Amino acid sequence: MSTISRRSFIKTGIAAGSVMLASPKDARPAEVKTLPPDRRGVLVDTTVCIGCRRCEWACKNAHSLPAGDITDYDDESVFANKRRPDDKALTIVNRYEKIGDERFPTNVKIQCMHCEQPACLSACIVGAFKKDDTGAVVWDTDKCIGCRYCMVACPFQIPAFEYEKALDPKIMKCDFCIDRQKNGELPACVEICPAEALTFGKRSELITLAHRKIELFPERYYNKVYGEAEVGGTSWLYLASREFMELGFLKLGTNPAPGVSESIQHGIFAYFVPPIAFYALLGGVMWLNKNRNRGEE
Amino acid sequence: MSGHSNAYPIKAKFLTPTVWGLIILAATAVLIVLARLIFGIGSVTNLSNSTPWGLWIGVDVGAGVALAAGGFTTAAIAHIMNREEFHSIVRPALLTALLGYTFVASSVMIDIGRWYYIWHPLIMWNGNSALFEVGICVMIYLTVLYIEFLPIVTERFIGHVNLPGFLKMLNRPIDKFLRILDRGLNTTMSFFIIAGVVLSCLHQSSLGTLMIIAGPKMHPLWQTPILPLLFLLSAFSVGFPMVIMEAYISAKSFKLRHETEVISKLARFVGPLLGIYFAFKIGDMVIRETFVYLTEFTLASTMFVIELLFGIIIPLRMFLSRSVLKSPLALFIASSLVIFGVLFNRFNNFIIAYNPPFTDARYFPSIYEFLLTIGFIAFEVLLYRACVMIFPVVSKEDHQGRSTKYAIRWKV
Ligand code: SF4
Ligand code: SF4
Ligand code: SF4
Repeated sequence: MSTISRRSFIKTGIAAGSVMLASPKDARPAEVKTLPPDRRGVLVDTTVCIGCRRCEWACKNAHSLPAGDITDYDDESVFANKRRPDDKALTIVNRYEKIGDERFPTNVKIQCMHCEQPACLSACIVGAFKKDDTGAVVWDTDKCIGCRYCMVACPFQIPAFEYEKALDPKIMKCDFCIDRQKNGELPACVEICPAEALTFGKRSELITLAHRKIELFPERYYNKVYGEAEVGGTSWLYLASREFMELGFLKLGTNPAPGVSESIQHGIFAYFVPPIAFYALLGGVMWLNKNRNRGEE
Repeated sequence: MSGHSNAYPIKAKFLTPTVWGLIILAATAVLIVLARLIFGIGSVTNLSNSTPWGLWIGVDVGAGVALAAGGFTTAAIAHIMNREEFHSIVRPALLTALLGYTFVASSVMIDIGRWYYIWHPLIMWNGNSALFEVGICVMIYLTVLYIEFLPIVTERFIGHVNLPGFLKMLNRPIDKFLRILDRGLNTTMSFFIIAGVVLSCLHQSSLGTLMIIAGPKMHPLWQTPILPLLFLLSAFSVGFPMVIMEAYISAKSFKLRHETEVISKLARFVGPLLGIYFAFKIGDMVIRETFVYLTEFTLASTMFVIELLFGIIIPLRMFLSRSVLKSPLALFIASSLVIFGVLFNRFNNFIIAYNPPFTDARYFPSIYEFLLTIGFIAFEVLLYRACVMIFPVVSKEDHQGRSTKYAIRWKV
């Protein structure tokens, strides 16, 4: 009846177990990539933005999305609702009236923030996202399986999904005009902005610039640069005349969004030691129990 | 010691009125799958850019994985702890796990936008992603489950290969092949059994890690760094109740005797397991001081209280009572409550707790989403019924006091 000796039982068990659990070596936690110091960013000065929505038009054009006529964008009725970027518009502008002073509303352009430590990148099951040296967080259509975990993860609720497509639905979000940047061009929205509300440049310099502006015009600006520290910093930065939360910005901490989740993952998986140890432990328990039963018989 | 179990294929009529009902439900699900494939996810679901995950991820995947926990918990107790008295329940639990995970995988296929890329995670790795880990573990574990089931197939067909007509000449070679396979499985089964338990613990907990990255989008009543632990503990506590519920239903529907003795022995583990889960759940609430949210009357607080009261507290009390442990019906009710509790917990975690900051309307699953989920469950029940009638899964009760032999079979 007994064909396999106890010793070989343990051996096959453990050897095979380690092979199976230990082979995906590359699943090791990726080292936190050091970002190049000259990475780019955009400073959005909402006190300057006139809400002309030319950026919306330019962005669609630059990404071959149906854009319509530029004059369509003069229609201010869209401001009645607070809109969100989606799969058909990677950026949109919302208007916030100032209670008691309707003459000077604040217009806020919204797009992907291009986080320094992006949650979408950390979450994606196949690693379809990449933080480019320009600072852009870009997405690889050939990898994506369409699980939408990036959407669950993004703290700014940015990635959108083409739900209507049966084949090859895409995750859609601002790509910081990476193709234009590689050609030495400005992002389409920055280039078209007639009010110069958008300033493109090195992120570090933009932060200095933003603080300088606040220092020079303390009456004009609320003393905070949104995106400097939020979720570990973002490439896109904002200045505003009042409390950011009144303008639809989220109150977020300064810890990188993927932090807790990644440390749990790495804790459980630390180089596959815990799973293998657990495997060995169970193997040992199984062997002992067999022995015990055998002894009783 | 013979290596053979005393499980046998059940003889009964397959088609009963209930079965017809299940067939109709399953057929509806097939139609919905077709619609999804032809017209896209947007055409059948209420998912949106603000709510990217809905019923299919929360219930079919989240709860589906948890409720298939009977597979690894019984394998652990019967084979790793080597408690022979439990061998008779391993096969039904294994079959449930196998079918359960098969449907989890199918639901994932339906839910992801590019189902034809489902194999991508096998070669495109992101070790930082909890979802990646869940995906890989589930894929490997599903394979392990099928391997664990193979001895049941070989047992059924060795010496019974009987192909008709000109295929007759294949009978001998197939039989021979099955015997070789059987021998191979015998020597390696211990490896697969342990691997199954390890893989289960890994992905049951990582399923809890999934929502952690959603951070403040998730209601504080559920969002906690110990989510993976809570998911694992609840999986432990729901494994045996699933076995108990199934044993009860199949005894009823096939008119078998209730295996009262084994079942009440098994039920004795549930109380402590549920108790540990309860302690951590309450401890977490006290430490993070989230009980303040319970003073407000909101959807979230109501759902949380229902989950806690009906899913944990009442069944916990029941499982700790001696008279309940003796009554098959009471055990069935208590087990159903635990199952409901875990299902509700997964639903809450993935759907109720998820509060996107920018949204027009709260997500509520569409009728098609419900029908698909229900249809898949019906499908699973049908396959279970078919399998126990084809394969030796359910054990005869043995009155001579001989213990039932290896459920997942290998020689010692
Ligand atoms: S804003 Fe969202 S989508 Fe954009 S980089 Fe950050 S996490 Fe990713
Ligand atoms: S939807 Fe695509 S990009 Fe987003 S997490 Fe899934 S695989 Fe990655
Ligand atoms: S950077 Fe490019 S993609 Fe992003 S909002 Fe501007 S135009 Fe659109």
